[in-house]
Amino acid sequence: MTAAATAFAVPSVLVFFTSATLIVVGATGVISLKNPVHAALSLIMTLFGVAVAFVAQSADFLAAVQIIVYAGAIVVLFLFVIMFLGVDRREQVSVEPLVGQRAFAAAGVVITVAGLITLMARSHWVTGAMSVSNGGVPIATGQGNVKELGTAVFTTYLFAFEATAALLIIAVVGAVLLARRERTNQGEETGS
Amino acid sequence: MSWLASVDPLFAHGVTWVVLLIVAIKVIAGFSMLMGGVILMIWFERKAISDMQSRIGPQRWGPFGLLQTLADGIKLILKEDLIPAEADRFVFKLAPYLVLLPALVTFAIIPIGGTLTIAGHPVMLQVVNPPMGILLMLAMSGISVYGVMLAGWASGSKYPLLSAVRASAQMISYEAALGMTIVTIVLATGSLSVHNIVAAQAGGIWHWNIIRLGFVPFAVFVIAITAELNRPPFDVVEAESELVGGFHTEYSSFRFAIFFLAEYMNTITMSAIIVTLFLGGPAGWIPNVSHLRWVFPIAWFLVKTVGFAFCYIWFRASLPRFRYDQLMDLGWKRLIPLSLGWMLIVAGFLVAKGWGFMMAAAVLLAWTVLSRAFDLGQTRESGVDAVLPVVGERPLPGQVLRSMTDEEEG
Repeated sequence: MTAAATAFAVPSVLVFFTSATLIVVGATGVISLKNPVHAALSLIMTLFGVAVAFVAQSADFLAAVQIIVYAGAIVVLFLFVIMFLGVDRREQVSVEPLVGQRAFAAAGVVITVAGLITLMARSHWVTGAMSVSNGGVPIATGQGNVKELGTAVFTTYLFAFEATAALLIIAVVGAVLLARRERTNQGEETGS
Repeated sequence: MSWLASVDPLFAHGVTWVVLLIVAIKVIAGFSMLMGGVILMIWFERKAISDMQSRIGPQRWGPFGLLQTLADGIKLILKEDLIPAEADRFVFKLAPYLVLLPALVTFAIIPIGGTLTIAGHPVMLQVVNPPMGILLMLAMSGISVYGVMLAGWASGSKYPLLSAVRASAQMISYEAALGMTIVTIVLATGSLSVHNIVAAQAGGIWHWNIIRLGFVPFAVFVIAITAELNRPPFDVVEAESELVGGFHTEYSSFRFAIFFLAEYMNTITMSAIIVTLFLGGPAGWIPNVSHLRWVFPIAWFLVKTVGFAFCYIWFRASLPRFRYDQLMDLGWKRLIPLSLGWMLIVAGFLVAKGWGFMMAAAVLLAWTVLSRAFDLGQTRESGVDAVLPVVGERPLPGQVLRSMTDEEEG
């Protein structure tokens, strides 16, 4: 622990508990609330909690992107769909659409949690490194870590980055193709 | 502690009581400036519009009707607070605050002057200078969609719901163009921090981003931000002739006042953001007067911001409202490709001149292909009801029937 890390020990613990509470309460709300709009609101709360946790780790850029992309765009689209389809009422959860779905879900949860715990116990679970902290000192200081992030994305992780970009474009083209299907009354294709 | 100091030089000598006091004063001053600004802005808008329409406007309360907004506020607070029977009560009460919060937070990152020295501490005239900088503004404009959307949905009434759907689509569409122009500025500055963006524009009008980046990002930004604000001519969200009052039709009393307050706060904040990003913020000519040099940056900033606020009023008084499909066309087919292409050209010129011209050629080529694609898409022949034509050009049911029977004969 360096001097900087010790001096902010109490505030950082407070920040951690605040963000943890936001995340856990929000996540519980997402799965327990009956009304889809309320569930989406809880999801926003979780996303904010994660953003606070990112800021506490000096990952300001990630925090901003978390809010702009997830809270600012993706959940808005969820709500958009919920409003358009009019599914804003309590859902019937007693029927099982697919037979045996619940058992499979339970097995999946057990496997995922076990895997996560194993990974966290053995190493840092994303990069495989034992620790991300640079001896208690933030890797990038002050003006954010956009430069480091950009360099990493466009050199080390270029392939993954481009693959993700291609995937997103394919999804968009596919969605447009499905939505703008040629509908003809006589079953014949006219035009190009 | 060193990283705190690199965020704001105020913290260079540790966080003492004096520093905390300065921070508290900055927060309160920023808040009261915004509140006072809203009162003046509403009065200014009503007066300016009434002048443009040859009316007198507010004149009864205070000199020149200056206290009209206060009177309106008191009236609204004393009114009965109604919640519709069909409303989702929790979300209905939450929504106004979701509109107000982003409006307040965004103003915090705007530098309204230079740096002062108070009690030996350097004080930036900016409530906060976060490392994520201008991204905070994008994040907050993303969040402000929720207030509008949820207010419309929670009202449990059809016109607010339509308004909510329009708001969500419109604000997301224009956010893309907004983000792209901000990327252009960040590329040219080399920093996300608002303080550095302003500092990079110091040293004369030729260094301001409006001129340095070419006029295009500025134009795109102003259009996109007007759409984000839901102000005329992009106010389809609260189009009176179609949707009664839009998302706040069912609101009354103080909750309605909060919506009104937030809208004007956003107008002021966004004028200030435009000034900060493109017009050098507090930059301007400073006469050589001792002890009063710090006043001039603030004055320049205020003059520029009021100028932009006037432009918004002017837009409202003179431009007719866009139709919803025109709004979407402008956002997706014009502004997003334009801002993306311009960003690539600016990035190319930042690397080297040769790259810049190559990028320009590539963007020109892409523009030609894209406009050809739009052309093909619009004139494409397909099934009778494949894509609905534009509202004004839609054939009448009789004509559709005739075309179908004619086709079978031929």
